[in-house]
Amino acid sequence: MGMFEYAPAPESRSVVDIAPSYGLFIDGEFVPPASSGGVFKTVNPATEEVLAEVSTAGPEDVDRAVTAARRAAGPWSALPGAERAKYLFRIARIIQERSRELAVLESLDNGKPIRESRDIDLPLVAAHFFYYAGWADKLRYAGFGADPRPLGVAAQVIPWNFPLLMLAWKIAPALATGNTVVLKPAETTPLSALFFADVCRQADLPPGVVNIVTGAGETGRTLVEHPGVDKVAFTGSTEVGRQIARSVAGTRKRLTLELGGKAANIVFDDAPIDQAVEGIVNGIFFNQGHVCCAGSRLLIQESVYDEVLESLKRRMATLRVGDPLDKNTDVGAINSAEQLERIRTLSDIGAEEGAERWSPPCTLPAQGFWFAPTIFTGVTQAHRIAREEIFGPVLSVLTFRTPAEAIEKANNTPYGLSAGVWSEKGSRILAVADKLRAGVVWANTFNKFDPTSPFGGYKESGYGREGGRHGLEAYLA
Amino acid sequence: MTATTTSRLPDLSGSAFNLRSFLHGLPGVDKVGVEARAAALGTRSVKTSAKAAAIDLAIRMVDLTTLEGADTPGKVRALSAKALRPDPADPTCPPVAAVCVYPAMVPVAAEVLRGTGVHLASVATAFPSGQAPLDVKLADTRDAVAAGADEIDMVISRGAFLAGRYDHVYEEIVAVKEACGSAHLKVILETGELETYDNVRRASWLAMLAGADFIKTSTGKVPVAATLPVTLVMLEAVRDFRARTGRQVGVKPAGGIRTTKDAIKYLVLINETVGDDWLDPDWFRFGASSLLNDLLMQRTKLTTGHYAGPDYFTLD
Amino acid sequence: MPESSSSRSRKSAPTSAGKAVAVRRSSAVRAGTTAGVPAVAPVTPPGPPGRLAVRKTYKLFIGGAFPRSESGRTYLVDGDNAALASRKDARDAVVAARKAQPKWAGATAYNRGQVLYRVAEMLEARHAEFVACGVPAAEVDAAVDRWVWYAGWADKIAQVHGGANPVAGPFFNISAPEPTGVVGVVAPASFLGLVSVIAPAIVTGNTVVVLAPAPQAAIILAEVLATSDMPGGVVNILTGHPAETAPWLASHDDVNALDLTGVTDPALAADLERTAAGSLKRVVRPAGDPDFTADPGLTPMTSLLETKTVWHPKGF
Repeated sequence: MGMFEYAPAPESRSVVDIAPSYGLFIDGEFVPPASSGGVFKTVNPATEEVLAEVSTAGPEDVDRAVTAARRAAGPWSALPGAERAKYLFRIARIIQERSRELAVLESLDNGKPIRESRDIDLPLVAAHFFYYAGWADKLRYAGFGADPRPLGVAAQVIPWNFPLLMLAWKIAPALATGNTVVLKPAETTPLSALFFADVCRQADLPPGVVNIVTGAGETGRTLVEHPGVDKVAFTGSTEVGRQIARSVAGTRKRLTLELGGKAANIVFDDAPIDQAVEGIVNGIFFNQGHVCCAGSRLLIQESVYDEVLESLKRRMATLRVGDPLDKNTDVGAINSAEQLERIRTLSDIGAEEGAERWSPPCTLPAQGFWFAPTIFTGVTQAHRIAREEIFGPVLSVLTFRTPAEAIEKANNTPYGLSAGVWSEKGSRILAVADKLRAGVVWANTFNKFDPTSPFGGYKESGYGREGGRHGLEAYLA
Repeated sequence: MTATTTSRLPDLSGSAFNLRSFLHGLPGVDKVGVEARAAALGTRSVKTSAKAAAIDLAIRMVDLTTLEGADTPGKVRALSAKALRPDPADPTCPPVAAVCVYPAMVPVAAEVLRGTGVHLASVATAFPSGQAPLDVKLADTRDAVAAGADEIDMVISRGAFLAGRYDHVYEEIVAVKEACGSAHLKVILETGELETYDNVRRASWLAMLAGADFIKTSTGKVPVAATLPVTLVMLEAVRDFRARTGRQVGVKPAGGIRTTKDAIKYLVLINETVGDDWLDPDWFRFGASSLLNDLLMQRTKLTTGHYAGPDYFTLD
Repeated sequence: MPESSSSRSRKSAPTSAGKAVAVRRSSAVRAGTTAGVPAVAPVTPPGPPGRLAVRKTYKLFIGGAFPRSESGRTYLVDGDNAALASRKDARDAVVAARKAQPKWAGATAYNRGQVLYRVAEMLEARHAEFVACGVPAAEVDAAVDRWVWYAGWADKIAQVHGGANPVAGPFFNISAPEPTGVVGVVAPASFLGLVSVIAPAIVTGNTVVVLAPAPQAAIILAEVLATSDMPGGVVNILTGHPAETAPWLASHDDVNALDLTGVTDPALAADLERTAAGSLKRVVRPAGDPDFTADPGLTPMTSLLETKTVWHPKGF
């Protein structure tokens, strides 16, 4: 930009204390894992600096956690709903009070810009606990029968893209409905969940109601396959979701899955172009594109293709990529070396398959995991980058001529999590929204979330809904 | 106007139908989206050296304004003096862009400002309502220019605009532009009365098509004056207009901008919407009065390292 | 075969109009020689002595037509040669169901309710025929009433199961249920059970491929559907051995959900669930032995519904 450079505006990392090492949070206490040596490191993806050592929960630890949750389930579900509500309200308040610490911690461990963890993740986390707190004593009015009962112990496995928000989506409704939980955060982003354990203690939540076990995929598998679990809730990749669905087959465990996506973001020629461009940018570059509902397939009506693409490129040139703790950063670090590799591989395939690759000029830091915001033009439905979830800041641009073609292309995917539509014509919006096979349709907006608004997919994007009244169903018998 | 002017646009003059078709064919503006974008840019953090540069730039962009029935030669003389030396204690403090007064006060201000490089702007065309016959408006304009104004801030007929008489508004602007001679014409849209962003976008294009050198948000005389999202829509309009015609038009938010924090948000908006080309007093102005003192206070804080008080700044 | 159907005796049953319905007698020869299929005593058809009754051929019901199994196979049930569906019949039925689904889902809820109510009328009209093939009269009554109950849900479930969400922002936000698509159904043996799995699936706009273990009642139901304004392909009925065909539905990528209510073997159910995980099908498997006479609640419908949430900004 030349004339008006913003000076660095880093959020202070000293607002949050990170311990050198963490145990497992079981039955209200941090405990060492049963077998020593089960330790892994979590790093700051922006710098590759080790933030802390975290314990790997083995089968014995998972069993302890499930047992603790089972023991706590009876008394917790027997509490009057109003009392459970007050615990959740307490948790919500503590999160609000400590949101600056949590936002910094989240950005450190995940790599997301502080602007997003501060202005989006944390407010939504608190709001989610507030929302479900209020349900705890109103369940009989929720439409699931006169006396809905909790399921028991919920095993919850969450991803690394919104570590604390996904925790809130899982824990808040489970607790409100009288279940107890064993939650496993992703191995690259365990710190905010461990911080949340401390929030539970500060709220005097009874021991065993929330248990946090850390570890990688093996710990997650052990947890969901544990016979003492009544309910499994998973957010993550479609492939792992499939494995979990197979593993719980025949067990009578209740299962909800929130999996991958390859959302179409459809821009009609009568769209509010400037806002559509914002929506496209927000759709794919929000959270570095590490968003299951990201608008990763842009469908532009051919009659406005040049105009939209030019505006998009101009807008992308203003994206500020860099230090996640800088308050002016728009696009932070890729969460892990592994994810970076996947993004690179699929992007290279896109180029090999003949799509045209473009990124704005931007200097990436030397340390850490980074990927410049990227678009591919000349993409067709036959390209792998139009079919596979990249889970990074990479947008595939396709075109269409008519509404019917747009709908056909949008639905031509095994996924069905979300979609976007941009048009100023009300009847067109409603008709297109009707025909899209996706659980969330954002019309003239994108990537909006709210605790009252049900979220979840069609087809291979999973089943069950999180959020809203609908979100209670997954935790009630 | 440059040679490329309107080369890619149809000739819209003299045809109410063409003008209407063109304006209504512009992309719509989604209110929630544009407000969210403006709010997001409002969270940019501008500190230290960037802030110091921004403050000086903002001072250089101020149209220091007094538009009161109670204005007197004494008041206007004092204001003009302040425009030249906003901070008498600090010679490194730049002058503002212009002084903006009623036509009757133009001769007074001209005495102080002539030859200083600080422009002299006059509102005209039956400011603020614009509800006067065209010949009155033209005479108003010619008088102000003759008295020494080199910038004219005209108001559009919002009544005609809202009634869909775009050709009427267009022709008035063309006539006033002609009456301006070499003076720059700023066209006030009075966005608070246009109410919708769609109207703001259309009025912006209408003014630019008719020859405006600047488009300006407000008179400061209605409850809703400049806002970030309105300015964002206008910046998008000048950006797109230049892309279509090659001609650059300036933007002036006016009214309601009182703090350094506000002013910096506008600079961020320019920076990330239209870029460097508009980060210049020739292309962006703040219509303001009390803003200047806050800019000066913040400037002093940056240079001295401690907070200042109002008694340390002149009150003109 | 489940006990309930094999224990049913066949007899002539008067219709409400008092007319006797001819019931086909079984082939004593084949019945007596087929292992595992109990012989049923031949029934003398009423009417003048010497009149030979015209028997019904029990075929499959796919896409609104009554084809034989492409495999050419039949199996003997209570003296009737029922079509023994193959995996290719299952495949064809899925194609028919998929083809019918968008239009059925796109019909107005009122229209779907009307069609379902018409089905109930036709069920009632064929009351005696169901009784004649061994369904207790009270169960037919219950099945008709169940069908009427579901018919009424067509234009109400969206109001009960969806609604406006008060999000914290300037957005219109609404959640509405939508059919999940093509549903593979392993139906229970009883007629009330059959009706209780088909009606809730289709009333919301799904189409179904039903594996029916009790062929006669299922095919009479198909005949009801074929004569009651139900578009072809909405309900497809395959008779035969679910253990043979169900895995093909469970593994079929174009089947969106699987209802295993009729699967009594836990090992088969677990296998089917595991297979269904391949394309992440929704799987319905009620706990225990369902009591179809009880109030079904909303679950049979809601477990085959998706929730779509639509956001739109609100702004002038």
